[in-house]
Amino acid sequence: MATEAAVDVRNLTAMFRRREGDMAAVNGATFSLARGEVMTILGESGSGKSVTLKAMMGLLPDYASITGEVRVAGRDILKLPPAALAKARGGELSMIFQEPMAALDPVYTIGEQIAETIVKHEGITYASAMQRALALLERVAIPSAARRLKNYPHEMSGGMRQRAMIALALACNPTVLLADEPTTALDVTVQIQILLLLRELQQELGMSVIFVTHDVGVAAEISDRIAVMYAGRFVETGTVREIMRHPKHPYSKGLLNSTVLGGLRGRRLETIPGSPPSLSALPRGCAFSPRCAQADVRCLTTQPDETVLGPGTIVRCFHANTAMAEAI
Amino acid sequence: MLVFVIRRLLQAIPILIGVSLVVFGLVHLVPGNPIDMLMPPEASPEVIAQMKAAFGFDKPLYMQYLLWLSRAISGDFGLSIFNSTPVAGQLMDALTNTLKLAILAAILGFSAGIALGLIAGFNHNRWPDKIASVITTAGVSMPHYWCAIVMVLACAVLNDWLPAQGMGDDQDPFLDRLQYLVMPVVTLSFIPMGVVGRLVRATVLEILGREFPGALAAKGLTRWPILRHVCKNAAPPVLALMGLQFGYLLGGSILVETVFNWPGSGNLLNIAIFRRDIPVLQATILVLASFFVVLNLMVDILQAAIDPRLRR
Ligand SMILES: Nc1ncnc2c1ncn2[C@@H]1O[C@H](COP(=O)(O)OP(=O)(O)OP(=O)(O)O)[C@@H](O)[C@H]1O
Ligand SMILES: [Mg+2]
Repeated sequence: MATEAAVDVRNLTAMFRRREGDMAAVNGATFSLARGEVMTILGESGSGKSVTLKAMMGLLPDYASITGEVRVAGRDILKLPPAALAKARGGELSMIFQEPMAALDPVYTIGEQIAETIVKHEGITYASAMQRALALLERVAIPSAARRLKNYPHEMSGGMRQRAMIALALACNPTVLLADEPTTALDVTVQIQILLLLRELQQELGMSVIFVTHDVGVAAEISDRIAVMYAGRFVETGTVREIMRHPKHPYSKGLLNSTVLGGLRGRRLETIPGSPPSLSALPRGCAFSPRCAQADVRCLTTQPDETVLGPGTIVRCFHANTAMAEAI
Repeated sequence: MLVFVIRRLLQAIPILIGVSLVVFGLVHLVPGNPIDMLMPPEASPEVIAQMKAAFGFDKPLYMQYLLWLSRAISGDFGLSIFNSTPVAGQLMDALTNTLKLAILAAILGFSAGIALGLIAGFNHNRWPDKIASVITTAGVSMPHYWCAIVMVLACAVLNDWLPAQGMGDDQDPFLDRLQYLVMPVVTLSFIPMGVVGRLVRATVLEILGREFPGALAAKGLTRWPILRHVCKNAAPPVLALMGLQFGYLLGGSILVETVFNWPGSGNLLNIAIFRRDIPVLQATILVLASFFVVLNLMVDILQAAIDPRLRR
């Protein structure tokens, strides 16, 4: 399994060094993803989803330290020398950003930005790179692509910008695509179009995708597997079916019950009491314990380890077994 | 873009007319009639009237303006009241002298400022940033004349490296005359270096704080291509500042020109004010203000060429 994985992440940790002390925005994330698989990282705002993706690309500012392993095609991205790292970024490992307006350079045309990437990675002439850029814009269904190639980001609509961003990310045929809330900034009808486009491209190109969202519905729709993130830790990972039907971690349950999709229809929506902890002042034990109905003394004082329930299925909760028993 | 350029060019015309009106009007608002100032107190009214007629002061104001403007456009700024030599010649000499200093000081100051600003911005809070910031801060805060005097002391009085003042003789070999330029150019370059350096640093930091430089790294670009992107984004505000600074340099610095005995436009302006030499004053201000307008126009067009969002 480990050898054929497209991405294999071990113990990924991202620390921000700050005057008030270090802060772990991602703490020991471990997962692996097969070729063509889609995994969603689900979690509330500030739980460390974006930092996880950026850390996987080694993209954090220099006051952050990243430890652990991120193996893509057998090579550890985090230990690559700068030139090889640059080759891998945008090559086999590529990223779509949440806000395309902020992530695209405002003073270069879309065509220039795509062609630049292709030239950098494949060393072909600028003119033929521009031809490829045109084909890519057509592939992501941007109308009158030849004209749009010469557009600056501010001359496009939000949905079109995100399509252009996707074209940019796919320019050099990545095997792994990281998508950081690619639809959050868009309105609902456009969101669905972009999701459909992403799924279509993923299947066509056989990419592995790590998709970040805080929308349970989107996660259920698009992914094969789900990782639930809370306060910098993966508290539960498993297949969509398992997690949607039998969530084991109390936080996953709360998350599902607070959405129309998860809560059984006709039942009242529940909310999780309290609010997520600040990453710089985490409780000593389980980070979720202050909000958890099942929390006992052990939860408040010790950090629960990962319990491996099956391949790719883990949970970090002392009460997971009882929860499982309940579910059966 | 072409439409933008044409529109900007057309917009410059009313501005230039406005400038000429203000220049013409300002001088006439100054209390004291220049002829009265010039004539001995015992001069007879007839002589004064004659003088006024000779210089055109007897005509109605709007006629004076139109006459002055039409001559000015053809390069004739009349005669100096003080010594009856053509104003155009004096102005030409002074401007050429100042232009030599301004262009060299701009090249030196801007390139040093841009380099220091980039070094500081890309090494935020590390030692290169601190060193560069000390230099740029010193550049904006050291008084001009003080630098000039210290430099004269160090390079011309205590040592014999450079000539203390003047512009050299036209017969001197080119390299010798070049030596006269060194100290005034260096002195004048301090402020542009400082302000440009500080703005470049702040702009680079602001841009690096946005998301797209990270996104550029995410698509596999290395340091230098990312630097190119950042520079292009930082260019518009920096260009605007450089245009302004170059305008100031063209105006000439009275202090620096005095210390180095350099007969440039600052000097000319100063003398004209003291002598109430209205034709000289008008011509100098008009030409300098027109330079400013043209400079602004060029900056606007360059900015729009770089940043499409400014093409409105
Ligand atoms: N560059 C940074 N420097 C310092 N702290 C950071 C930095 N980037 C993120 N953080 C901190 O890391 C934590 C996790 O941030 P992250 O952006 O990963 O959240 P997220 O899960 O993506 O949330 P959202 O759904 O709002 O995008 C936050 O507390 C944030 O303040
Ligand atoms: Mg985020």
